[in-house]
Amino acid sequence: MSEPSVLDVPGIGLGPASQVPVGEGRLFEVGSRTVAVFRLRDGGFRATDPWCPHRGGPLADGLVGAGTVTCPFHGYRFDLSSGCAVGHDCPPIATYPVSLDAAGELRLHVEGVLRD
Amino acid sequence: MKQTPRVVVIGNGMAGARFVEELVRRRGEVQPDVVMFGDEPYGNYNRILLSGVLAGTHQPEDVFLNPLAWYHEHDVTLHAGARVTRIDREARRVYAGGDLSVPYDQLIIATGSVPFIPPIDGLRGPSGALADGAFVFRTLDDCHEIVRHAKQSRRAAVIGGGLLGLEAARGLLELGLDVHVVHLMPHLMDVQLDRPAGRVLELALTQMGVHLHLEKATSGVLGDGRVAGLRFSDGSTLDCDLVVVAAGIRPNVALAAQAGLDVGRGVIVGDDLATSDPHVFAIGECSEHRGQTYGLVAPLWEQARVLAERLAGVSPDATYEGSRVSTKLKVMEVDLAVMGVKEADPDLDEVVTYAEPSRGLYKKLIVRDGRLAGAIVMGDGTIVPTLLQAFDRGTTLPDDRSQLLFPRTAGDGQAPSVQSIAAATQVCNCNGVTKQQLVDAVRNGCRTLKAVCSATRAATGCGSCATLVQAVVEDAAGGSLDVDPAAHYYVPGVPMAKTELVAAIREHELRSVSAVFTALAGGREDAGSKPGLASLLKSMWGAAYEDERDARYINDRVHANIQKDRTFSVVPRIYGGVTSAAELRRIADVADKYQVPMVKITGGQRIDLLGIRKEQLPHVWKDLGMPSGHAYTKGFRTCKTCVGTEFCRYGVGDSTGLGVAIERRFQGIEAPAKLKLATAGCPRNCSEATTKDIGAVAIEGGRWEIYVGGAAGSRVRKGDLLVTVDTHDEVMRLTGRFMQYYREHGRYLERTYDFVERLGLDHVRAVVVDDAEGIAADLDRAMQESVDAYVDPWLEADTPVHPAQFVDVVGAGAGPAPIATTMEAVR
Ligand code: SRM
Ligand SMILES: Cc1cc2nc3c(=O)[nH]c(=O)nc-3n(C[C@H](O)[C@H](O)[C@H](O)COP(=O)(O)OP(=O)(O)OC[C@H]3O[C@@H](n4cnc5c(N)ncnc54)[C@H](O)[C@@H]3O)c2cc1C
Ligand code: SF4
Ligand code: FES
Repeated sequence: MSEPSVLDVPGIGLGPASQVPVGEGRLFEVGSRTVAVFRLRDGGFRATDPWCPHRGGPLADGLVGAGTVTCPFHGYRFDLSSGCAVGHDCPPIATYPVSLDAAGELRLHVEGVLRD
Repeated sequence: MKQTPRVVVIGNGMAGARFVEELVRRRGEVQPDVVMFGDEPYGNYNRILLSGVLAGTHQPEDVFLNPLAWYHEHDVTLHAGARVTRIDREARRVYAGGDLSVPYDQLIIATGSVPFIPPIDGLRGPSGALADGAFVFRTLDDCHEIVRHAKQSRRAAVIGGGLLGLEAARGLLELGLDVHVVHLMPHLMDVQLDRPAGRVLELALTQMGVHLHLEKATSGVLGDGRVAGLRFSDGSTLDCDLVVVAAGIRPNVALAAQAGLDVGRGVIVGDDLATSDPHVFAIGECSEHRGQTYGLVAPLWEQARVLAERLAGVSPDATYEGSRVSTKLKVMEVDLAVMGVKEADPDLDEVVTYAEPSRGLYKKLIVRDGRLAGAIVMGDGTIVPTLLQAFDRGTTLPDDRSQLLFPRTAGDGQAPSVQSIAAATQVCNCNGVTKQQLVDAVRNGCRTLKAVCSATRAATGCGSCATLVQAVVEDAAGGSLDVDPAAHYYVPGVPMAKTELVAAIREHELRSVSAVFTALAGGREDAGSKPGLASLLKSMWGAAYEDERDARYINDRVHANIQKDRTFSVVPRIYGGVTSAAELRRIADVADKYQVPMVKITGGQRIDLLGIRKEQLPHVWKDLGMPSGHAYTKGFRTCKTCVGTEFCRYGVGDSTGLGVAIERRFQGIEAPAKLKLATAGCPRNCSEATTKDIGAVAIEGGRWEIYVGGAAGSRVRKGDLLVTVDTHDEVMRLTGRFMQYYREHGRYLERTYDFVERLGLDHVRAVVVDDAEGIAADLDRAMQESVDAYVDPWLEADTPVHPAQFVDVVGAGAGPAPIATTMEAVR
């Protein structure tokens, strides 16, 4: 999912992964930012910017499949790993490395990144 | 590793080259080594554009599809200018003269056709070559030679008034020659056209300055080795210094026959496109399938695709089952579309015609069993997409056939012709897509209608522009569009039509959306397919369905409609639009308590509370104490009513009582798409029941007319009268039965207005009213089970399926999402 070097950053604890229903996304507030975290059916997690660059649709409320999320507003799709638009030319969304630690807690590896 | 199989293709024309393109695109499991032989010394080119080259509207370089470099890039070995002279089937090897010979595992014969040269005195010289000044019209080289000779000619004669002959005539006219067309039959293009259509065409051609000689048999060429004129069997003659022979084509089977393969008119192939030798296949004009040979590109492309799927191992069992031939052509600038049968069977068919020769208009429909069996349309391209669709899908035609011949767009008069639309015109009004953007998408390589739509987003909104988008795209592609197999899938992510899918789900007992992806889509979950599968599984398994909430669209996860500012709307159920002071008071209290930004009467006879935040939803519902109005579900929405006999002085039936009963019974029942109903107390129809998915209209004598398939949204369609019944109970029973039949057989998102048209009213009536298939009792039972299983989703206010069902922001320190500020951040 991401470079080992990034995961070496201890990251910010987001609490138990079970807060996000399987196959869906939810928002987390990290510092002054809001991040959408998705829990994929294959057991993986992804984190992105929360709002669709098209017209602000809530991506966490979108449909997830094959590593992409489809915005609920007008159906634009984004790749959850790269953030790139799929099949259209919207600008990409930012993505963040996220992992599950041994205790079942989500960790967002963004120290320094989100502090603005 | 397996050894790489070698595929050898003979013929680098439209069929052979298309096959190789399709194969290269699919290379996966099997990575065959591809070798091609082409008699013509070029990469491959679009033969159907040769008429343009002759007429000077296209430069030769415009017609190339794949230049030589393409073959190199895709590791395809092309021997251009190398003619295969022998196939040794025993040694599995082909020989192409000199030292060149190549072994094969699979051999594809795609040698096309050869022009037919009728036995005419003096046409061929002693060597067998055509006389100086006589040409055939098949290849790029033929074009070059005709153009060269035309420079020193004044009058040209074309032998043959079929499609090809007329294309040649147009080219020669553009080259400034005096053009004469000599045709054996009494009217032009007799293969495609009936006599009146031929006449209209003849008038148009004469006006352009072409001289026609009909029912004339050419018996000789005058001149001594150099064309000076033609002699006819009636003794008359015509002076000319250039002749183009366009008297038909013959499948090019010489090589196959010599190799001992079964040959009839063409090389005989089965549904697997294999010849009598399982290692040898034949596609294109040289092949004969189920007794049929083809002379147009569309069938050849289907053959090329099927064969590529088989040989690439993508679907080794793919079969070709023949093509329904329909063509759109431009003959001498006249738009012409032909499909299906040409002449009507007087015992079976109804014929609808309109002719206006002076404007070059001719339209003829042949209708059999209410469906389009054939059509000829000349001079009006705008009605063609609809007809082609009705023909391809076999849908029933509207009773008023004139709608097909003279369609009107909502609002104003005539639909615009595709070519006359300016490039900058917005075609899709939902997504703001212009004609130019569609044309660019086609130029940039989109090969299917769907590819164009997903690249531009055209027709992905309300869908009302779909026909126009299709027309623009087809026009831009000039007849080279592929049919998208996914068009027949129930959902894009699982390659199966609905009946097939239902059978597979039953067989494997798949009860959840993820189980379907695992078993039937190679484990690949497709977001866009989830809601459709969820809807299908729920209607199939009822209570035994394993609900996965992530398969639902957000509205169905939180039982409300999402709005543009990410808030939601709440529409409580108000049965039949009949409410009470107490109910209204509660709604007013909720509006005050939550400071609801807008309270609105909807078009569905109920009340909408707009601007509610997600986390407020459960509280709002509890305070309302009313069930969900399901303004979000693909399923039963409302039953609008009028006051009827309760109060109205005209009422002849109790429409409010009936409407309330209908809504109580069917509330929340899921379906392929929305179901909106209405009941009206008399034919004045104040609740608009005749334009609803199902509508009941009271008539004098205490009876009810039931209408189905009506619409007054993005499309307007008057419902079809299904049946007239005597009692409320019968209305309820038939309503439920029709809905269940639609639930089982409708495509996802197909509203009843399309469903009824697709199946035909007669069929629907036979099943639903007359029980022709003996399934009425099953349908009634299945509907009763769904009614019994219904639970108001707003009860999840007390028992959410997940602690975060109505929560946006989770985690430590979570509060409601700051809506206003984050919307700002986006802009
Ligand atoms: C609220 C309402 C407009 C209003 O303020 O009155 C409405 C609002 C919407 N309609 Fe509608 N329609 C409303 C009555 C209608 C009607 C009239 C009726 O129901 O009698 C029609 C024409 C009848 C019909 O459906 O055939 C109607 C035809 C449509 C269509 C076109 C459907 C079609 O196939 O032609 C859409 C688009 C779609 O479904 O894809 C649509 C879609 C929508 C959506 C869901 C668009 C969306 O996805 O956001 C709107 C949701 C707004 C919201 O969140 O509440 N709405 N819409 C009406 C709610 C009725 C209700 O009480 O449930
Ligand atoms: C001027 C013109 C206009 C047309 N307009 C239309 C139209 O508007 N719409 C439409 O649908 N159809 C049209 N057609 C018909 C369409 O072009 C044919 O149906 C199509 O080209 C047939 O494809 P094919 O691959 O079977 O044959 P071809 O395209 O003829 O390809 C066969 C190829 O095999 C090569 N070949 C033959 N024998 C050998 C051998 N022994 N070794 C090596 N190579 C060999 C030939 O040189 C040729 O290049 C038109 C045809 C012409 C000539
Ligand atoms: S409520 Fe209906 S008509 Fe109005 S903007 Fe929304 S979809 Fe369009
Ligand atoms: S806001 Fe996301 S697609 Fe329009």
